[in-house]
Parts: sequence; C-alpha cells; structure tokens
Amino acid sequence: MSAEEASAQGATPGERVAIGISFGNSNSSIAVTSFDDKAEVIANEDGDRQIPTIISYVDGEEYNGQQAKQQLIRNYKNTVAYFRDYLGQDFKSIDPTHSHFSAHPQEHDSTIAFTIQDKEESEPSTVTVSEIATRHLRRLKQSASDYTGKQVNSAVITIPTNFSEKQKSALSKAAADAGLEVLQLIHEPVAALLAYDARPESKVADKNVVVADLGGTRSDVAVIASRGGIYTILATAHDYEYAGVHLDKVLQDHFAKDFIKWHGTDPREDQRSMAKLKLESEATKKALSIGTNANFSVESLAEGADYASTINRLRYETIARKVLDGFNRLIEGVVKKAGLDVLEIDENFAAIFPESTAILAPSTTPTAINPSELQARGAALQASLIQEYEAEDIDQSTHPAVTTVKHLTNAVGVLSITGDESKGIFTPILSAETAVPARRTIHINVPKEGGDVLVKIVEGGSHIKVTKEEPAKTNGNKDDSDEDSDDEPEERREKVWKVGKVLAEASVKDTKKGGKVEVMINVAGDLAVTVTAREVGAKGGVRGTISAP
Amino acid sequence: MATHANVNLPLPVLPEGWSGEKDFKAIGSISAATQRSIEPVGPHFLAHARRARHKRTFSEDDRIQAQENAKKVEDDDSGEISEPEDPSMLLRDAKDWKTTTPYSASPNTATERLKTKSSAPTAKKVLKHHPDKRAAAGGTEDDSFFKCIQKATEVLLDPIKRRQFDSVDERADVEPPSKKAAKDGKYYKLWSATFKAEGRFSKVQPVPKFGDEKSTKEEVDAFYNFFYNFDSWRSFEYQDEDVPDDNENRDQKRHMERKNNNARKKKKTEDSARLRKLVDDAMAGDARIKQFRQEANASKNKKKLDKEQAERDAKEAKEKEKAKAEQDKKDAEEKAKVERESNKKNKEQAKAAVKKNRRVMKGSVKDANYFVEGEAPASAINAVLADVETIQGKIDADETAELADKLRDLKLAADIKKVWTAEAKRLVDASKIKESDIKTFA
Repeated sequence: MSAEEASAQGATPGERVAIGISFGNSNSSIAVTSFDDKAEVIANEDGDRQIPTIISYVDGEEYNGQQAKQQLIRNYKNTVAYFRDYLGQDFKSIDPTHSHFSAHPQEHDSTIAFTIQDKEESEPSTVTVSEIATRHLRRLKQSASDYTGKQVNSAVITIPTNFSEKQKSALSKAAADAGLEVLQLIHEPVAALLAYDARPESKVADKNVVVADLGGTRSDVAVIASRGGIYTILATAHDYEYAGVHLDKVLQDHFAKDFIKWHGTDPREDQRSMAKLKLESEATKKALSIGTNANFSVESLAEGADYASTINRLRYETIARKVLDGFNRLIEGVVKKAGLDVLEIDENFAAIFPESTAILAPSTTPTAINPSELQARGAALQASLIQEYEAEDIDQSTHPAVTTVKHLTNAVGVLSITGDESKGIFTPILSAETAVPARRTIHINVPKEGGDVLVKIVEGGSHIKVTKEEPAKTNGNKDDSDEDSDDEPEERREKVWKVGKVLAEASVKDTKKGGKVEVMINVAGDLAVTVTAREVGAKGGVRGTISAP
Repeated sequence: MATHANVNLPLPVLPEGWSGEKDFKAIGSISAATQRSIEPVGPHFLAHARRARHKRTFSEDDRIQAQENAKKVEDDDSGEISEPEDPSMLLRDAKDWKTTTPYSASPNTATERLKTKSSAPTAKKVLKHHPDKRAAAGGTEDDSFFKCIQKATEVLLDPIKRRQFDSVDERADVEPPSKKAAKDGKYYKLWSATFKAEGRFSKVQPVPKFGDEKSTKEEVDAFYNFFYNFDSWRSFEYQDEDVPDDNENRDQKRHMERKNNNARKKKKTEDSARLRKLVDDAMAGDARIKQFRQEANASKNKKKLDKEQAERDAKEAKEKEKAKAEQDKKDAEEKAKVERESNKKNKEQAKAAVKKNRRVMKGSVKDANYFVEGEAPASAINAVLADVETIQGKIDADETAELADKLRDLKLAADIKKVWTAEAKRLVDASKIKESDIKTFA
C-alpha cells in the first residue's frame, strides 16, 4: 500500500491521471474524460455503469458492486451496504435503518465499524467505515485503471450539499488511503449541472435550475442559479422519507400482499425472502422507469414457492402516489425556499435520477439525457479542468475568499419602447442573483427610422402576477409570460417585470435605420457599474460609470 | 465575452431636451447585494478565480489570455525546425514509400515521438516539396518525394495506421547488450535501455523499470513477471505485401490476404519468442537473481540445518531421559526390595512383640486371677479372656505395646482392672468397639 499512498500524495500535476467519481449511498459511478474532452461514464468489469455501493466477503474473497448486491440474499452478515452516509459521523447521529438487511453498523472508538468475516478461516474482524469506503474506492480506482490502461491516482468526488467538514475530511482520508488524491470535492447537483451544460448544443445563459435527485436512500433537491456559467446554490433540501427505497417498499408490499393471497405466507417475515423481494422490487422499479410494463419474478420466494407477476406503470404510479407527491412537494418547497416561483425555474432537468420514474415537473419537462450519469461526468469534467493545477492552486481558488462574492438582488436591464418608467418594457441584461464581478452584453434594435435613442439602465424586480380570469388582453407583457401550456381559465399565473430604481441614462446619437445598439454592463466586485453603449459597427460610443453604493 | 443576447424590442427615441455630460447621466446606484457562495466548479468559475486572484478586470483578463494563447501558437511553430533532407531520400521512388519513414522530418528522437500526438512534421515539407512550388523554383516536376510525403501524412494522421507503423519502427529499438558489453558494471544501464524500448509495446502502462543492483526482490520479480506476461499491442500489418486493388482478380486478392494474415501471425509469434528469449537472456545474466537465489538457498539451508540440529537435540534429550528413567526404575526396584526385606523383618519382630505383649496382657489378667476371689470359675475366665481378645483385636501393634507396658509391672488386680477399663473406655469413646461387647471392663 505504501506505493499507492506515495502516488496519492506525490503526484505532480503532469503525472496525474484523474477521474470523476460519483460516490452515492446506493450506487457509485466512475467517469473519465477522453482525449477530445468528452466525459464518459465507464463500466466496471461486470459491465455496470451504476455500480452498487456495496462490498461483500465470501470465504475471504472480496466482491463489489452488483456481485456484492446478490450476496445480500445469502450472506448479508458479511455484506456492507449504504455506508457512504456513515462516513465521518458519530454512531449516535446515524440512521441505521437501511443497514437492516446487511452488516449492522456498530460503535467503535468514536467511529462506526462493521463486524464482518473478511478473511478466510479466521475470526470475524471489525472494519471501520473508513476502511470499507477505502476498499470500495480502491475497487472503483482499479476499474478505471483497467479501462484507461494507466494507474489512476487522483479524482474529483461528488458529495451531497449537506456534507459536513468532518464528513468531507473522512472521505478525503478514505480516498487517500485508496491511493487517490482528492483534487476537489464538488456538490452533486452542481456536478450534474456542469455535465448537463457541457452538452455541445448548450449555450451559456442565465437560468434558474432545479436539480432533483430521487436517490436510493435519500432525496436531494437543489435550486441553482446559473449565471454565465457560474453556479450559485440558492436553496437545498434533503429528505429521507421520499426516496427510492420507499418506492421499493410500495412494490414490496404490493407483491407481498399478492403472494399472501396465493400462498398464505408473508415473505416479508423471513430474512432471505425479504432480501429477494427487495432486490426484485428494485429491478422492477427500474424496469418501470423505462417501460410501461415490468415483470416481477422470484424463484422460491418463500417456503419454496415461486412467484411471478407483472405490473404496469399506471398501477405503480397509483400505489406510489404518496411518495411521488411527497417528492414533488419537496421540489416545490425548495423553490419557495429559494424565494422563487415555479415559473421562474427555467430548467428542471434532472428529475429522474436512477431510482425514479416519471416525476412531473413544476414548469418544464425534464430534459436531461441519461441523468444517472451526469454526476460522474460532471466530476470527470471538473477533474480534467483542474488536474493541471498544483494542489495549492486548487486550494487557493476554492478558498471562501474567492468563492464568496456579492450577488445582485435585483435584475439590471434596459427599458424598451419608451423611456417612461411606468410604461417601458424592462429587458433584463443581468439577472438577479448574478455573482459579481459580472459582464453582459446585449444588442437592441433601434426604432425603425433610426436617429437618437435613449438607453435607460434600470433595476427590475420580477413578481408573479395572478389574474383571476382569462384575460381578454395582455398588458403588453406577453413576451415575458411563461409558456403556461395548461391554461386554466380561473387562474393564470405569469411572470412580470416591475421596473425599479433608475440607475443611469445614456444616449446614442444618429443611429442608422435598422441598426442595433450594443449595451455592455460591467458590474465590479464592489458593485460599481460601468455601462458602455454604442451602435453596432460604429466607432466610439458612450461610456459611463455608476459609483458603488 | 463574445456571446450576447439579442432584443428585438426597439430602444426609445431620445426625448427632446435630454442632455448629459458625454451623453451619460448616472442617476442611482445599484441596490445592496447579498453575499453568497458560488460553487467552485466549471470553466467559468476557473476564469472567475483567475481574475479574482490576480485582481484582473474582464478586459485585462481577456487580453492576457489572448496573449498566452498567441504565445503558444508561436512556440509550436518554432518547434518545427525545417531540417534538410537526406539527398538519398529525395531520390526515392513513390512506390518505395514504405521504406521512407513517416517521421523522417521530425527532429525528435524515436522514443520521444511515441509520446506525442502531433503529426505536424510533414506539414512544412508539403510547403517545400509541392510539385507546383518545385516547378516554380525551377526544379523538375518530379513529384515522387511529394507522394511519399502524402503517404506519410496519411499514416501519421490515422491513429490506427500510425500505431501499425510504430509497431514495426525498429529505429526506436535498443539492441540487447552483448555479454561482453554488459560485463563491466554497465549491465543494468544497458538492459534498462533495451527494456525501456521494449516497454513501448505494452498495452499496460506504466511498465516496471529494470532497476539496478539496489532493487529489491519484489521489484525484480515484478519486472520479470511483467515481461514474461507481456501484453503487446504490436502488430505487423505495415509489413503486409500490397493487396492488388483491382476487382478482377478476386482469388488472387484473397490469396494475398490469407498470406498476409499468416505472415502477421508468424511475425507476432516470432516477436513473442524474441521477447521471451530477451527476458531469458537478461535473467540468466542478472546478478540480482543469482544473489536472491543464493540468499533464498542460504535461508533454506539454514532452515534445514536448524531443523536437523533441533532433531538431533531432541533425540539426545530423549535418550538421556530414557536412560535416566531406566536407572530410576532400577534404583527404585532395589530400594523396594531392601525395604520389603526390612519390612518383613520388622513385621516379624512386630508380630513377635505383639505376641509377647498379648501374652503379657493375658498374663496380667491371669495375675489378677481373672478379677475374682479364690478359684476362678471357667465362665469368669472365659468372659475376661473374651473381653481381652476383643480389645486385642481392635488395637494395633503400638497400642498393644503401650498397653502391655502399662500392664507389665502391675500386680494388684484393682490396678490391672483400672488399666483395662480405661483402655476399654477409650476404645468405646473412639467407637471402635461397642459398649455391649465389653462385659468385665465396662
């Protein structure tokens, strides 16, 4: 192991072979960047891209991933699952519910450990959760090394947004023990968004995004403001009540009841039957995420009786309604917490994480391609971006002094059509929650006949206008109203801009007919604003500064 | 930042009488901002961090970045030295392009080249040797070298073809050292170079190093294991005979393909055998292996000797023990014999003493005239003697002797009776006899 550690600590930027790891409580995945800077999730030796975060020992041999998952049926005592969330925690503060059907966590010298038989013909040994994580990461590292043909020695790992410093350092230590230098720990939703924004067709734009992750044992939702490629988390929520296991539970109960009807015994009462029921329910759930029908079949479910059944999507959604609704409420709650309205969410892309079926979106439909891979791909992208830097550089760049900046409370934009503040139409240039310093440029048409124009820089606040009945006429804000497809006649909600404080006025003289004016706003770190306005294609222009408040 | 949004709604017309200094009027200032943490992720954040740490503004940063990019291009350019070609190469016929190595123009060494992906070397050659240019410069219109360049570019740009060429590019090989050359301390250096060159064909990278005399046994073992299980990407398509392109002679084409395939397989096998022999040779001359073997033997021998010694010791100890046990047994037997004999004597003596004492006892009661006045009746004699015998039967030799001593010098019947009564009482108290058994001495 000494060589491993040496490589983890001493890799110079040039020698780094970095990967992205999404280390989830239920599943992990690994991604690498190929030579053309595209991140791809790679399969382990079993061909799985979603590698269950489970490690199991049979006769001293180590099994990982899907193979280890199968051991939950026969060998649950020597199988450790759902251990990610125990890292760096006190025994008192963990919720061991999910480890009920695997090795049980125990208190061990201020940390958490499992008693497992991990060597042949010896007494069961006590292995700390840190060591378990190390072994799991080592397997992931090995898979990636086999794939790339180079010894992987560093990684960017994703973590939930509510990971404490202690948990972070525990994870870093576990990774270092596995011979991986942790270049950076990045937040899961941000990693997903980064990968999503790395699609070739995506453009850098200002948008509010909800990243909802219905995970195996927990659900995490984050509202992220993406401003010119810089991400700010506005609000997060974590929930342990509406997660993948609860969807599994619904299916388990459904099939168990059916089984009781036929055979009179409850498979949920027997440890092994329960394990089989759990595994197959999970598989069925995943099948339902893709198709409209799914089979459920288990050999010798209980008392030697085989069981086979099918379920369709509609039925499933009916019985799982409670969980799905809970998840939706969670999303809506977070949006509210962020001080936004669902109409102000521009993209809601990752609602389907591996565990889920269709989750209805508050405003727009989920758009992501293969959302389960996004986190790992985002981590790999980040790894490829920063692997050239010295560790010290990375530390300094991620220091709070750099990352904590001022964010605009109001949008800043120009008025169109008329200079009158009460009637002009506000066009945002910089959105609210934009991190400063920031710079944006827009092109605005001039009136048909050209001539002198007024550029009026104003602040704008958005609010949700609720109209009680179907409005006969829109008050000129039609372009701002969201594409609210299911118009209900009683209540119509739309987003409108309200013009706020006037910041500055400038004039651009003698514009040509059909020309355009370029307005560039540059907000400095101290909120001083520089405005440049000029006609596109013309020389000169107007430049002025608004002093900091 | 090149991106900008377009807005179709027109700007308002400048109202009459609007004026401002330099056409600009600052009116208010931006509302107070909130402090939040941005996520340290993504290319745009990196740009932000760069600006924040170096305290650059947007336009400064744009300029510096642009400069850096420009510099890079220049460096790349200057790296491409246009060296003169070997005149013999220029005379090559286009048909012989395979013998012209695609790397001919590159200034790098063969091994270095394997690391680079760049295929630039031919680019400048094209400028120089293009038939049009040559013609313009008054040269011949012979374009055979240009065709070679074209072929070379084709090979270098296609990763598969390039790999095929690299497979057979022997200029990067380092010949294994002869025994003589490797003798005087250069052994590790020379073989290292050879194996470093061989290592370029490995699918698994990095390749373990040959090491030197200080390498540990694990390192040396790892090295030889690696090379004995060498997984090579080397292939020999590049040396194929050309398959005729025409559609007419299909059989001929297939025949050639088969032939090529067989040749490739054969070459691959030969290559594996060559490498194996190479490793064998290296191992045979490797002083470290000998040393490790000696060490292993020494430790093995040591173990063996230790074991034998231990066995010998154990045997000796056992024999000693055995002899001692026999002696002990003999001694014990003799002792027992002596004891037995003396015991017998003692016993006889004791028996005689007891008999004598008993006689004394009986004599005492007789002296006491059986504790009656005048002629003793037979019944009284019997009763007294029965009691005496009862008591005699219950007491051992010592007690008998003691009792006899007490009785020996007594003449008075009352005294004798007193002694007997006391003795009977003692025995009754010790519950050796029952009170009812005693008649006279009760």
